[in-house]
Amino acid sequence: MPEGARDGAEVGRETDGNGGDVNDREEGSGLTRRALIAGAAAAAGGAITAGATRGLVQEAQDPTKVPGARPVTVGSRSPHETPEKLLSGSMGGSSRTPLQDLHGIMTPADLHFERHHHGIPYINPATYRLLIHGMVDRPTLFTLEDLKRFPQVSKLLFIECSGNGGGAYAPSPSPQHTPQSVDGLLSTSEWSGVALSTLFEEVGAHADATWFLAEGSDAAVMGRSIPMEKAWDDAMIAYAQNGEAIRPEQGYPARVFLPGWEGNASVKWVRRIELSDRPGMYRDETSKYTDPLPDGTARQFSFVMDAKSIITYPTYPRRLPGPGFIEITGYAWTGRGLIERVEVSTDGGDSWHDAVLQEPVLPKCTTRFRHAWEWDGGPAHLLSRATDETGYTQPVRQQVLDARGPGTRYHSNAIRGWRGASDGSIEFAPVCGAPTGSRGC
Amino acid sequence: MRRANGVSRLLTLGAVVPALAACGAGDFEGGVEAGNAAPGATAVATTDPGNGTPGRAGAAEPVYGFGTPATASQIAAWDIDIGPDGAGLPPGQGTVAEGLEVWERHRCILCHGPTGREGPNDLLTGRIPGDEFPFANDRTLRSTVGNYWPYATTLFDYTRRAMPFDLPGTMTDEEVYAVVGAMLYFNDLLPADAVVDSATVVDTRMPARDRFVPDNRTGGPTIR
Ligand code: HEC
Repeated sequence: MPEGARDGAEVGRETDGNGGDVNDREEGSGLTRRALIAGAAAAAGGAITAGATRGLVQEAQDPTKVPGARPVTVGSRSPHETPEKLLSGSMGGSSRTPLQDLHGIMTPADLHFERHHHGIPYINPATYRLLIHGMVDRPTLFTLEDLKRFPQVSKLLFIECSGNGGGAYAPSPSPQHTPQSVDGLLSTSEWSGVALSTLFEEVGAHADATWFLAEGSDAAVMGRSIPMEKAWDDAMIAYAQNGEAIRPEQGYPARVFLPGWEGNASVKWVRRIELSDRPGMYRDETSKYTDPLPDGTARQFSFVMDAKSIITYPTYPRRLPGPGFIEITGYAWTGRGLIERVEVSTDGGDSWHDAVLQEPVLPKCTTRFRHAWEWDGGPAHLLSRATDETGYTQPVRQQVLDARGPGTRYHSNAIRGWRGASDGSIEFAPVCGAPTGSRGC
Repeated sequence: MRRANGVSRLLTLGAVVPALAACGAGDFEGGVEAGNAAPGATAVATTDPGNGTPGRAGAAEPVYGFGTPATASQIAAWDIDIGPDGAGLPPGQGTVAEGLEVWERHRCILCHGPTGREGPNDLLTGRIPGDEFPFANDRTLRSTVGNYWPYATTLFDYTRRAMPFDLPGTMTDEEVYAVVGAMLYFNDLLPADAVVDSATVVDTRMPARDRFVPDNRTGGPTIR
């Protein structure tokens, strides 16, 4: 879509050389849109000027005295709202979701985080094929249209990079971390597609296939091996995200989606799935995405993302708005199912209060939590900790250190925190020690 | 890529699959771990990959009939993975000496340095005294092919599909054998005069080979 068509739709029609297009005629009014706009501009004493950039339409001084703009074919944000992803890494790279700018649980598709190892491929849906073969009765090629003909599944699910939160796990993390820079490799969408179990039924999966190997059509032909149990449980091939086709950055036209599991394993741009009786030992399940342990081993195929939470307001880079009522809010999530409880502390863990969990509370999805806080204007240390339905409670950093040592960065889910001062500043400050009463890193 | 013994397994399966499928789509739940058991924990024995329990089978006949049968040549075009057992390794060979030339000709040297230690991109070379594995305890340690990769087959697989980074998948199989040899040589895992073929790639014992263990996190109150 050309820039002008998205951001300048109103004016683009006027200046695209189709002048007098019948679509510009207000039905029944006899007035052309051009006339309306001219009149509006005069009436408002404002200027509605043509331009190719966002924000070309100036607000009327009194919008109740001017006819408003007409519908557009593709909407866009208010020019006053400019949430952006945070980019990092040069060759493969990532971009992080601005968690502190979002409400509810859904992530707008254009703000969905990215992590890829070899760039975004642009794939023609007409020539796209998914091959399923290996330990199956009927090796099969599926077109995108084939995939869409199968019964659909659709679920609200989070996806999180296994490296998310690694920055928070550093011995002395920057106080200038934001929710986005700490945990922005997390997004939530409604994912729609076909259950992998449906496809594996279709191709006649063999009972002694224990793994499936999935590979993308990116430049790394990135591969991961997934236990078959996940396919029979809840894995899918997703082709839609938040109601529209998956975006190229998220795997257009189709990707593997493994609810609750580390993002890397949900292979994007998937082109081949091979059923096998052993894992492929791909680079991204050996050299990367394995978790060294203090006993000299490394945990491999550590798929599930354990319970986490992060307060997204009030946090750096914002300031505490002033003494009185402040609604503390954030996200909690677990790859093991439902978030059962989120507790919030405003005194660095000396006391904890149950936060309100906002509906919907869904398995393997982010849950929004809220806590009503009366700020007395003094120093405060805001923490949140999530407990999931298995009884797992988000640990403090020291517990993770004891279990995994300082060198294991993936699956970093220790309690995050924010320290507020009387001047209203509020900085990133996780707790390190025992869950209660501990103050410092 | 199917294991070498895949054919015999298939023959046995021919009889078994229809029987299982007769239970009806979705009815047969054998092998599906209930609750919060660590996914794949049963199947991931890295010393004996593939030692999994039989699970559910697909349908004996297509349920919907969507999709088209894939031909052998269509499968072969995309079936590029190399198994830890060496399945999928192509014919051909190279030498470490040729590999050092490939290292320059295909510009590995520009991004990984003259010996794979100098960067600017991923560090590839380096051993730890005694081949210890202290990564969890030392945050400053960086992983390399020589101190962290469990299989040389993975090195062949990844290099062939993804490198050189800006021209991935452009080397011949002989060049890949050779440059894999060079990387193993940098890591003191092959001598300078080594010839590298599929047997070398399978048989080169990587120092970190036995370091990997299944995920033991299961949910519940214990932090692991
Ligand atoms: C233009 C720069 C560039 C060139 C040229 C290049 N590489 Fe790489 N290489 C990279 C980058 C970047 C990565 C990391 C990719 C990622 O993060 O997924 C990488 C990763 C690797 C890895 C995996 C490292 C690990 O620890 O997982 C290997 C092995 C490798 N390269 C080998 C080679 C070989 C062999 C060549 C020459 C044939 C080569 N590279 C040429 C940039 C380059």
